[in-house]
Amino acid sequence: MSNIPDTLLYTSSHEWVEVLSDGTARIGITDHAQELLGDMVYVEVPEVGDEVKSGEECAVVESVKAASDVYSPISGVVVAVNETLAENPGLVNGDPYSDGWIMRIKIADQGELEELFDAESYQDVIDEEDH
Amino acid sequence: MSTLIFEQSRPNRIAVAQMASAVEVKGIPAALRRTTRPLLPQVSEMQVVRHYTRLSQKNFSIDTQFYPLGSCTMKYNPRVCNSVALQPGFAGRHPYAPDTSGQGLLASMYDLQELLKEVTGMKGVSLTPAAGAQGEFAGVAMIRAYHDSRNDTARSEIIVPDAAHGTNPATAIMCGYKVKEIPTKDCGDIDIDALKAAVGPQTAGIMLTNPSTVGVFERNIKEIAKIVHDAGGLLYYDGANLNAILGKVRPGDMGFDVIHMNLHKTFSTPHGGGGPGAGPVGVSGRLLPFLPIPMVTKEGDKFRWLTEKDRPESIGRLSAFTGNIGVLIRAYVYARLLGREGMERVAEYATLNANYMAAELQKAGFELAYPERRATHEFIVTLKKEAKELNATAMDFAKRLLDYGFHAPTTYFPLMVPECLLIEPTETESKDVLDGFVAAMAKIKAEAQQDSSLLKGAPYTLPSRRLDDVRAARELDLTWKAGNVVS
Amino acid sequence: MPFIPHTEQDVTEMLDAIGVDSIEALFDEIPAELRVKGVLNIPDGMNEMAVARLMRERAAGDATGLNFIGAGAYEHHIPQAVWDIATRGEFYSAYTPYQAEASQGTLQLLYEYQTMTASLNGLDVSNASLYDGASALSEAVLMAVRAHRKSKSKRVLMPSTVHPAYRAVVRAVVKNQGIEIVELPYCAEAGTTLISELKQYEGQDITALVIPQPNFFGVLEDVDGLTDWAAANNAIAIAVVNPMTLSLLKPPGQWGQNGVDISCGEGQPLGIPLSSGGPYYGFITCKQAHVRQLPGRIIGRTVDLDGKPGFALTLQAREQHIRRSKATSNICTNQGLMVTASTIFMSLMGAEGLERAAAQSISNTQILADKLCAINGVERVFAGVNFHEVVLRLPKPVAGVLEALAERGIYGGYNMGTQYPTLSDCISVCATETKTAADLDAYSDALKAVLA
Repeated sequence: MSNIPDTLLYTSSHEWVEVLSDGTARIGITDHAQELLGDMVYVEVPEVGDEVKSGEECAVVESVKAASDVYSPISGVVVAVNETLAENPGLVNGDPYSDGWIMRIKIADQGELEELFDAESYQDVIDEEDH
Repeated sequence: MSTLIFEQSRPNRIAVAQMASAVEVKGIPAALRRTTRPLLPQVSEMQVVRHYTRLSQKNFSIDTQFYPLGSCTMKYNPRVCNSVALQPGFAGRHPYAPDTSGQGLLASMYDLQELLKEVTGMKGVSLTPAAGAQGEFAGVAMIRAYHDSRNDTARSEIIVPDAAHGTNPATAIMCGYKVKEIPTKDCGDIDIDALKAAVGPQTAGIMLTNPSTVGVFERNIKEIAKIVHDAGGLLYYDGANLNAILGKVRPGDMGFDVIHMNLHKTFSTPHGGGGPGAGPVGVSGRLLPFLPIPMVTKEGDKFRWLTEKDRPESIGRLSAFTGNIGVLIRAYVYARLLGREGMERVAEYATLNANYMAAELQKAGFELAYPERRATHEFIVTLKKEAKELNATAMDFAKRLLDYGFHAPTTYFPLMVPECLLIEPTETESKDVLDGFVAAMAKIKAEAQQDSSLLKGAPYTLPSRRLDDVRAARELDLTWKAGNVVS
Repeated sequence: MPFIPHTEQDVTEMLDAIGVDSIEALFDEIPAELRVKGVLNIPDGMNEMAVARLMRERAAGDATGLNFIGAGAYEHHIPQAVWDIATRGEFYSAYTPYQAEASQGTLQLLYEYQTMTASLNGLDVSNASLYDGASALSEAVLMAVRAHRKSKSKRVLMPSTVHPAYRAVVRAVVKNQGIEIVELPYCAEAGTTLISELKQYEGQDITALVIPQPNFFGVLEDVDGLTDWAAANNAIAIAVVNPMTLSLLKPPGQWGQNGVDISCGEGQPLGIPLSSGGPYYGFITCKQAHVRQLPGRIIGRTVDLDGKPGFALTLQAREQHIRRSKATSNICTNQGLMVTASTIFMSLMGAEGLERAAAQSISNTQILADKLCAINGVERVFAGVNFHEVVLRLPKPVAGVLEALAERGIYGGYNMGTQYPTLSDCISVCATETKTAADLDAYSDALKAVLA
């Protein structure tokens, strides 16, 4: 069983969003996603200042056997990226919801948050995939 | 790991017999000169011979092991093909030497063009692409040139089945197209309804392998050709699996407009540890003007290369000179050894071997991915039951097979079949060898039933145990540096 | 049946096991109307004795003359051991090293190759090779476009002193990807690319600048100035070089203040037979920062389950079999066997062997050029410094002269007019270390006679 914290929002493409109090959001990939991909060997992060759109590719996570695009769950401007992933991509495996975060963006449209799943509905998404 | 050649180096040791006499370099300004020597070893000739001979002994190869890599056609490479290509008249000739000094070579290349036209049912052939992927590029570039020549520029998509080789979508992108994937049905055939929904005025073409990558013959190929042609698109044939139908069915007769052939598969030129290959392309009449240059023509009893001047509509050059001539010579010699009858036998015995192995593995309790279908020259075993119940994955079986002296089949391709082994025995293996492989598979399964951890540790008998891929990718060590020791 | 080992009894047993009564029955899923009707128009099979004789006769009439052509393919001495070992079955008949444990020989050799090639170019990393020099340059251009995320123009400056066939290949490969190749003129006196020609592009968005060394005229370019120009104008610098010359010339990693970003070229001079144009191999090397944009196979050193060092393919997620439509390139293979030969060649020659072969080639070419220029009407075209190739102007139509030389057993050079209209009365000649003093005399005597 993969870990799905109640406090976060999710996408069907297995990204998570943590809405912070300053109008920004942290984004990463879920525990389920990192399990599917296996040991991460490289994470290509966007550049600070990049504009990202909801549903568009913003990063790439790469394991030995697969490379997978990360789609931005919401639109906004990148204000920070996790530089430590360059040296230590394994953080995405070990701690996907905290030290393994990928980027922080300034939220452009709060309304887009409504479209995301809560923990319970995300669990349903995973269960659906297994069948 | 053997000691690296660099670690055997000693200052001032040289292979004197190979050296030109030393002369002073005159006229080159100091600012353009090298000041430190490159890191090349200083070793004797015998050291070099011994080092690389020993390294060769750490390889599995067709000459030493059964090598049933699916989709790769690892058949016997006749030695005479190599010795012919290395004759001084062929190997020593400069690419810009006059055509009059290469009539023997050009005659052979012309014959090969004609022969490939005949076995594929196409109207024209260019030998120049250096490998399958370059042949694919040439093919899709010709599709594009064809549409462009008719000012039909709205065609922006190439359709690719989800089971296709990864090169197909990568090639379409290189030619500036978008890729539209269509699903494969559970029986292994393409989903015709999905294809009908996918085609339209935006369709430039479709890329197909037949037999497909799941090891079965696409039965609806005529209908597929009609759907795509009616929409104004062209059909591309990926020749990866030509060995299965050589002399039995011709891509031209199936309705394909452009094909590439992998001569390093079907025409038995060596794989050489990953190349060189040769990926000639063949086309239907409407694509003739666009074939890549150079090509050989016959004028009277003389042969010459055709270039830009002769073929202004060509998609152009793909390599600086003529392509992989040495490989093409080997393929030509192979084709002459086989002749018409031999070529027809290729598909027959490749298919016999694959169906026999599939039947025997099924009897030994393995699950076929497409049990209701006839195998072609290759077939797929899925180990999802073994993975689930015994914790023995396709990778574990593959590594343990090495201990039994068999190269592993292709693993985890095609991606849509879980825990799969894609097995292609080829026609040059005997029944005894196939029986030995089936017995090894059964034995490995029995081992897994006893204790699956045995498989996780495999291989045990090779120069290396299982290698740490994650470390290789995370801590990149791509070149040796003096004093750099791995621990 | 050539190369098919089955006995009649084998076939019977196998058909029984499958449960069909004939081999023909195995093709029952192929629609009947698609099957080949009648017999293919292909000659009957021959045995090895007959094929070998046919091909011996065909080869016997080919390439009997003395070769003085360079133009991208160079005749150097190849030690016998090189191809004796490279064509051992264990190298010759192995596939791409997907099963690392069963391919440690090829993998270690490729790691050694990557080390030698990176060092020769003075750069950090090398892949395991590409098809040929022209494909390597094409891939370098595509790589520069990917690597230079800030540049939106996809404009690449290409000197016309780059091999014409390489430029043709680059055009064919990048044509459909929205990349613009801007050709730069050369200085008619020096035969080099002038930095003053680049002035007009300053301040513009230029993705990359290609820098050949030596260039197609055999002349040395101002590589430091060109590399610094690229750096100052935020363009990726791509070197295209002859690896044999790098034993004596400054490696691209040291050009200018910071070196080039990518260096590529044709590996043929290092142990690969001329073979009418192929198979050769292309090399490509780069700075560490660009390693993930490098196309093709790459080998890394790692450890096995017992902690012992070993080798494996790495960075595979860039490649088409995983990344599919988002791969760095559609390339699957390298030119494994060519690189095997080349690695053995570089080991046998060492730095000193390459230096001596290169120095002797320069010397022979200089001597030959002097001899030929002593003939009335023959003159050097460019004032720049030559390496082992030189462009000469002839007093008679070039095609006829080359034909007459060939009749005398001399392949006298490359007809420059086929690619450079303003050089229609010129040839380029090359005399490597394989040519003796008598060979050089033979050429000058023949030319004297032909021009007389």
